[in-house]
Amino acid sequence: MGPLEIADLIKSKFSSDVKDVVEFQGQVSVLIKRDNVREIMRFLRQTPELYFDYLVDLCGVDYLGKKEVRFEVVYHLMSIKYNHMIRIKAEVPEDDCSIDSVVDIWATANWHERECFDMYGIVFKGHPDLRRILMPEDWEGFPLRKDYPLKSDLGAKEWKKFKEVIEIGKKNLAYEVR
Amino acid sequence: MNEIFGTLGLQNTSFIFQLLIVLVKIAVVIAVTMLHVAYATYFERKVIGHMQVRLGPMRVGPHGLLQPIADGVKLFFKEDIIPTAADKTIFQIAPLVAVFATLSSLAVIPFFETFYIANINVGILYLFAMSSLGAYSIIMSGWSSNSKYSFLGGLRSSAQVVSYEIAMAFSLVSIMLMAGSLNLVEIVQAQQQYWYGMYLFPQIVAYVVFMIAAFAETNRTPFDLPEAESELVAGYFVEYSGMRFALFFLGEYIGMIVMSSLAVVCFWGGWTIPPILTQLFPFLSNIPGIFWFIIKVYFHIFLFYWVRATLPRYRYDKLMALGWKILIPVALGNLVVTSIIKYIF
Amino acid sequence: MSVKRDLKTKLLTINMGPQHPATHGVLRLVLELDGETVVNCKPYVGYLHRGTEKLGENRTYPMALPLTDRLDYVSSMANNIGFCVAVERLLGIEVPERAKYIRTIMAELTRIANHIVWIATHALDIGAMTVFLYSMRDREWILELYEMACGARLTVTYPRIGGVRADVDQEFLDHCYKFTEEFPKRVEQYETLIDQNRIWLQRTKGIGVLTAEEAINLGLTGPTLRGSGVPYDVRKFAPYDAYDKVEFEVPVGKVGDVYDRYRCRMEEFRQSNSIIRQCLEKMPSGYVLAADAPGYDMAAGPRKKPAQPSAPKAEGAADTPQPPANQPAEQGPAFEEIYVATEVPKGELGFYFVSDGTGKPYRMRIRAPSFVHASALPKMCEGSLVADVIANIGTIDIVLGECDR
Repeated sequence: MGPLEIADLIKSKFSSDVKDVVEFQGQVSVLIKRDNVREIMRFLRQTPELYFDYLVDLCGVDYLGKKEVRFEVVYHLMSIKYNHMIRIKAEVPEDDCSIDSVVDIWATANWHERECFDMYGIVFKGHPDLRRILMPEDWEGFPLRKDYPLKSDLGAKEWKKFKEVIEIGKKNLAYEVR
Repeated sequence: MNEIFGTLGLQNTSFIFQLLIVLVKIAVVIAVTMLHVAYATYFERKVIGHMQVRLGPMRVGPHGLLQPIADGVKLFFKEDIIPTAADKTIFQIAPLVAVFATLSSLAVIPFFETFYIANINVGILYLFAMSSLGAYSIIMSGWSSNSKYSFLGGLRSSAQVVSYEIAMAFSLVSIMLMAGSLNLVEIVQAQQQYWYGMYLFPQIVAYVVFMIAAFAETNRTPFDLPEAESELVAGYFVEYSGMRFALFFLGEYIGMIVMSSLAVVCFWGGWTIPPILTQLFPFLSNIPGIFWFIIKVYFHIFLFYWVRATLPRYRYDKLMALGWKILIPVALGNLVVTSIIKYIF
Repeated sequence: MSVKRDLKTKLLTINMGPQHPATHGVLRLVLELDGETVVNCKPYVGYLHRGTEKLGENRTYPMALPLTDRLDYVSSMANNIGFCVAVERLLGIEVPERAKYIRTIMAELTRIANHIVWIATHALDIGAMTVFLYSMRDREWILELYEMACGARLTVTYPRIGGVRADVDQEFLDHCYKFTEEFPKRVEQYETLIDQNRIWLQRTKGIGVLTAEEAINLGLTGPTLRGSGVPYDVRKFAPYDAYDKVEFEVPVGKVGDVYDRYRCRMEEFRQSNSIIRQCLEKMPSGYVLAADAPGYDMAAGPRKKPAQPSAPKAEGAADTPQPPANQPAEQGPAFEEIYVATEVPKGELGFYFVSDGTGKPYRMRIRAPSFVHASALPKMCEGSLVADVIANIGTIDIVLGECDR
């Protein structure tokens, strides 16, 4: 089944949840509201003609200041049986940074969700063991958020030439230090 | 030279003189064994190296011949670290026990006809006792290190040594029945009654069982679970360093030599060669017995290396299954068959 | 016989790693043992976390390429190719035929090199030491081929977005051909060392069994999945480079145990060898880098449309941004997203890019097979023995650089 057909199927089934369908380079993204994410995922997993048995990837994206809703959780789904793919994106607002977990549908979501929590601070409700995974347990902040500082404020310990180096970098425009 | 000592030792002179002779013998045996151990490590590295398409040690001396000496010096001068949480006394005693147990086994090994430190009539029994004593050192070091890895290694080893001791004992009981003696010298002499001059052929089953058990007793490769590198890092001696570590190493290699010697004495006719050979080629009888003994021991030591380069490691439960379900029944069956045949003839 | 009710044994908690010879890097497993049986297994990763995804967001596409070398440092070439294929698809760059073939050769050489390291360490973990040296000898050969092609041996960065850095010469092709002739014999050598060994069979058969459904559900890919009998291979399902022009089979196992995965990888040696052979025979001549390939001077600012390739490149420096004519008409950035997977030796390596139309990825997500595979460890290990944990770590073939990113 083509990706657009799948998107149409989702749209017809969950018309109130689907916000947008975008195609780029033959890949289709379906933007959904987060509330029904588990039902949609279960539908995709269990419908015999879709049979998305393989959760390829699960990650977060931070659209700080670029989109209305700050976070998106991206699910890449694939059916090994039918060889078709779809990308589902669920919007997660900043003020209530949580979404339902899909670990009970795909076991592989376990660590991906932990990583997403670790990097973006998105809480997955119903996750069996939501801890930091890549960062140390006592780490503060969520490193992949766009407002996370790339460099800490060192104050007097600051390397004196640092500003100079940044200037040079800015001139070259290839290396932007925020 | 050695023969003079031997003949002197048999004379019933004063106690002091006898003691002196024994001390000299001990010194000779220990010195020769230590040198053998040093070069056993060298040959192990060389043999395995060539089996593994590489050269082995090449840097220290020509063809790395001085490597064992360099290793010894290094180990000797290394700092001796004792973990804070360790039980210090036991931690320090454990490697000594390892070396003591294996070195004392050497006392009863007849290297050739007239050269042995002690010719006791329960030689085999004594060897069993000593090799079991070696297990204590492993348990002691494993427990006293206060590390979970060495603890697991110690546990594994105690179970392993106990189970394989039984199979090994049963395989040697058949030899005792054949020879009618526990004395190692008499066992060797008894083998001369056959034209092929060794128990290897009538007792081939016992020999195979004995060799497998010997690998397990010395914690060598297919059965090196107590020190399984990839699982337990180094097992029971993971916390040891410097000289104490070297002592464990020493114990392991002397253990190998003792086990090889025991195999040679009990199955390969010790220092003798098959009578048929001396009849066919009379000049062979001029070669001293120590030569044949050493050749046979070297072959067995080579076997240890060969197996190490060839086989993967057993898993703990499979190892136990092999010991209890295969080796012990086979050794027992062999024992029964041997005794029946002995009874009939 | 009555046993006192309150007689209980304590579980022994043992900390395996992060410094441990058999955990393939800095993987840490906290095992709870009941005797020798593993009751509970908890993997901890992240000891090698370097923030590759964050670093990628702050570099232009060509500058992010060397980061991928450091992911799976055993098969860096395959990671580079994975990155390049993804970026090419995003930017709409067409790769010259010859570059496709060179890349395919390189990817398959990498697969062989990776599987060599895998068989070496896996066998060493199980205790068969000799295989290690025999296979490492042959890996050297491949590293020399790398060196011949690009001058580097480990972190190569040889592929480029839009092709490869330099063309390969005849000497390389000759050596490569010689390699393909000799290598099947070497594989046979490894097999004689362990394939029929009873201890090896005892240690691998029936260990770490995963059924097909379990394996898919856990997200396993590559030979780890194929051992369970699922013929999923990105090279077949979504061919990239020259994989649609060569013939090869995807070996699958039946039971899904350590032995089947071992057989799969051994078979892949032969398949990869035959792919290299076919590529060498079919390789066309021509350019190896696309004309519109972005170089290291790719501007960080808004990207040009690929249809207008003729703007001077060095000019976009200093404080003037790109001329507005080159930009797509936009109110607020239009985000483009792409997820492209490639079959690296360890499994499916996916790159998910979110682009805001500039020279830097807005989001670079790396779907690392090792990360997913490490998460399957508790499922495989619980209930087995300590020695099987080692076999299981070996069989899923992880590199912690990739797992922790």
